[in-house]
Amino acid sequence: MSAADGAIAPTESALLTLREVTKSFGGLTAVNGVSFAVGEGAVVGLIGPNGAGKTTVFNLITGNYQPNHGDIHFTGQRLNGLRTHRIIMLGIARTFQNIRLFQQLTVLENALAGCHYRMSGGILAGMLWLPTQRRVEKAAVERAVQELEFVGLGQQTLTVAKNLSYGDQRRLEIARALATQPRLLILDEPAGGMNEQETEALIGLIEQIRARGITILLIEHDMRLVMRACEKLVVLEHGGKIAEGSPEQVRSDPRVIEAYLGTEDEV
Amino acid sequence: MKPRLDWIGAGLFAALLAVAPLFLNAYQVDVLNSIGLYALLALGLNLILGEAGLFNMGHAAFYAMGAYTAAILNTRYQIPILWTLPLSGLVAGAFALAVARPVVHLRGDYLLIVTIGVGEIVRIALVNDVFGITGGANGIFGINRPRVFGYIIRRPEDFFYLIWGCVALTIFLFLRLKRSRFGRALNYLREDATAAEGSGINTDYYKLAVFGLGAAWAGMAGTLFAAKMTIISPESFSFWESVVLFMIVILGGAGSIPGVLLAAFLVVGLPELFREFAGARMLVFGLVMMVMMVVRPQGLWPARGHQGFSLAALARAVGP
Amino acid sequence: MSQFFPFPATLNLANLVEEFFQQLTNGLAVGGIYALIALGYTMVYGVLKLINFAHGDLFTYGAYLGLTLLTSLALTDRLGFALGVLVLALMVMGLVAVLGAILERAAYRPLRQSPRLSAVVSALGASIFLQNTLMLIYGARFQVYPENILPATTLNIFGLYLPLMRVLIVLASVLMMVALYLFIQKTKIGTAIRAAAIDQDAARLMGIDVNRVIMLVFLVGPALGGVAGLMVGLYYGQINFTMGWVYGMKAFTAAILGGIGNIPGAMVGGLLLGVIEALGAAYISIAWKDAIAFCVLILILIVRPTGLLGERVADKV
Repeated sequence: MSAADGAIAPTESALLTLREVTKSFGGLTAVNGVSFAVGEGAVVGLIGPNGAGKTTVFNLITGNYQPNHGDIHFTGQRLNGLRTHRIIMLGIARTFQNIRLFQQLTVLENALAGCHYRMSGGILAGMLWLPTQRRVEKAAVERAVQELEFVGLGQQTLTVAKNLSYGDQRRLEIARALATQPRLLILDEPAGGMNEQETEALIGLIEQIRARGITILLIEHDMRLVMRACEKLVVLEHGGKIAEGSPEQVRSDPRVIEAYLGTEDEV
Repeated sequence: MKPRLDWIGAGLFAALLAVAPLFLNAYQVDVLNSIGLYALLALGLNLILGEAGLFNMGHAAFYAMGAYTAAILNTRYQIPILWTLPLSGLVAGAFALAVARPVVHLRGDYLLIVTIGVGEIVRIALVNDVFGITGGANGIFGINRPRVFGYIIRRPEDFFYLIWGCVALTIFLFLRLKRSRFGRALNYLREDATAAEGSGINTDYYKLAVFGLGAAWAGMAGTLFAAKMTIISPESFSFWESVVLFMIVILGGAGSIPGVLLAAFLVVGLPELFREFAGARMLVFGLVMMVMMVVRPQGLWPARGHQGFSLAALARAVGP
Repeated sequence: MSQFFPFPATLNLANLVEEFFQQLTNGLAVGGIYALIALGYTMVYGVLKLINFAHGDLFTYGAYLGLTLLTSLALTDRLGFALGVLVLALMVMGLVAVLGAILERAAYRPLRQSPRLSAVVSALGASIFLQNTLMLIYGARFQVYPENILPATTLNIFGLYLPLMRVLIVLASVLMMVALYLFIQKTKIGTAIRAAAIDQDAARLMGIDVNRVIMLVFLVGPALGGVAGLMVGLYYGQINFTMGWVYGMKAFTAAILGGIGNIPGAMVGGLLLGVIEALGAAYISIAWKDAIAFCVLILILIVRPTGLLGERVADKV
């Protein structure tokens, strides 16, 4: 654990705040006393070598894991102990590192999953297919199609998800996340497996999402994307935060250079 | 692909079935009644196992809860047997909720084992005459015939229309449910529960709800069974009933309503055609299960297109 | 078993202690049998992550093969009780092991790359098939082990009169469990089995023939399950073609209780479950005996799904 020099104290105004968050599995500490904040409207990158604990941080934010120590706050509300769907309902949406779509369902049905919690209708409404249910379904489909068009999948709504190209699958995950109408979007390696052209389009998409007023926190190994899309970076190594600041600051930070040169050659 | 052809096929099948009792003898109609009851049960199990991908091999326990509720209310309190339908459904559903609550988050094959255990505990409880109201190993007899608008349902043909009417109503309701918000949530659950939860869906709620719903259906089927037999005993609700139901869903094509119907005809009807080989019935079942998994794991009549049932997704539900 | 030890008319502390120890040792004998079967479940689960539903039926085959060999070869007449039973046990182990290997080849290997549900359904199918094959061969009735072959000796141990068979079962099962443990822990093949259980792909990369390991697991597990079937035949004298299901479920409970995939866990779980069941049947209710194991199963899965000796592992998201 380390108190890095540009450490930003968690502030009232921040959308998301992590304070001294620690998570260990058995004897292994995956995340060690990490603190950082994400301001409203920002695009923040979480970077670091493989195994630094980045995805674990994401899983802690969305409640897939519970921290052993420390607090996570979102819009002033403490997230510790909440179940994942409750956290999503508060306004955080996410994608997964190893794409987790509903593979056998259509693109549209995948996007509709994001609309789910804002819809109404249970067993009886479904069985009887009441007029109200019909209206709710129609509105949800419209929302879902809107998001699909936004990410560029408007022409493929009835394609089965597993038949999409890799890049399209990543974009479908983003559409599903956007359909929950989040305030904070968490992207776990959105450019993973994408070619240069797709990555370029993704950078444009991130800009557009930001333009809608949605805050973004992302993990990415593609440094070109990180340097261009993010205004702030948080660097993890061995579960601890080693640096934080603007891309320029981080790039020249000796500890970051050491961390990366010691393990990888991506910078 | 061609929805209109589907409906014509379904209509023809329904019409054929509707006039079938005119051409069949009482025994044959009774076989159709058994098929109808199993279809009703399997349609409920299909929601749990096929749509939501939850391994339930204790469905007979919910069936038993419904049958015994109906029998006890009818023989002790003289409540007309068909009036007990909603209550049987409620009791079975509530029982399922209570049982599933602590175990529903378990990984697929653990859930399978737990539901087997629950089924056995229920059967043992019935044999041991729990609370002194289940009649022990002998069960309960003297259940009244159902009465509809003053007409007493007694002959196999009468039961035929009662049971298959319920099947038709079930199909009507479940087809709608399948494409609604609730039905989609079950599919999300089956495909990837983590992703569903990560999309804001309360997966525990849906797991419980579908268990309750499937069990309630089994409970109501239990009422029909009690009314048809007029005698019920624990041996009608053994582990093998659960296995047969599980098989109907898997064999037909999990998540597929026509598949479930087809498999009910095959699994329940075929052994009646080959009665001289009755002893080998289960042996053939076992062999079919093994061969099917190699040759045609998606079932005989798999759900089509995007509603397709994916064994791969079920496999993820089972665990790493 | 409690019906053989009627509750004393006069309450007497010595009788109570006697009754308790009788039940305890009976529980240990049954527990040893559960443990032997549980080892097969836990080894297969460890390597393939599959509940081998047909394992309980291989146990039944052990009991039936034992009966057939015992009566047709008259081994105990020719070789005497001790040597006869030993030879019989070895023959049963060998035959059931071969059955296990055939089962793996026919029902599981074709599904190695399929989703796990397919293998579970196939396992269930195999179980039904094996069970009904036995029924068609031997009939649905209970089969009885001949009484005159077995000496009805009771041993006097510290003033306790114990049936010889019970003592032998406890000793034999513990002996086999220790042997298996040493085999798994100390030999090269055992190390290969452990490696394949942790990570098949990595094991393959290290030059381990995973197919051979799986085949071996399907030889050793059924061999132990088969000999457990023979023990049940010798201990209770009565066998039935469906008994593998109940014993199988209980043995699986034992495996979960100890921590599935964990070999010492299966031993501890088996013995513990046998004792819990024997004492529960004696002091709570004999009629609910079979429900006790299922309650233990459900409770352990709710409270500690990893079992007593299992390690907690986080699910990967």
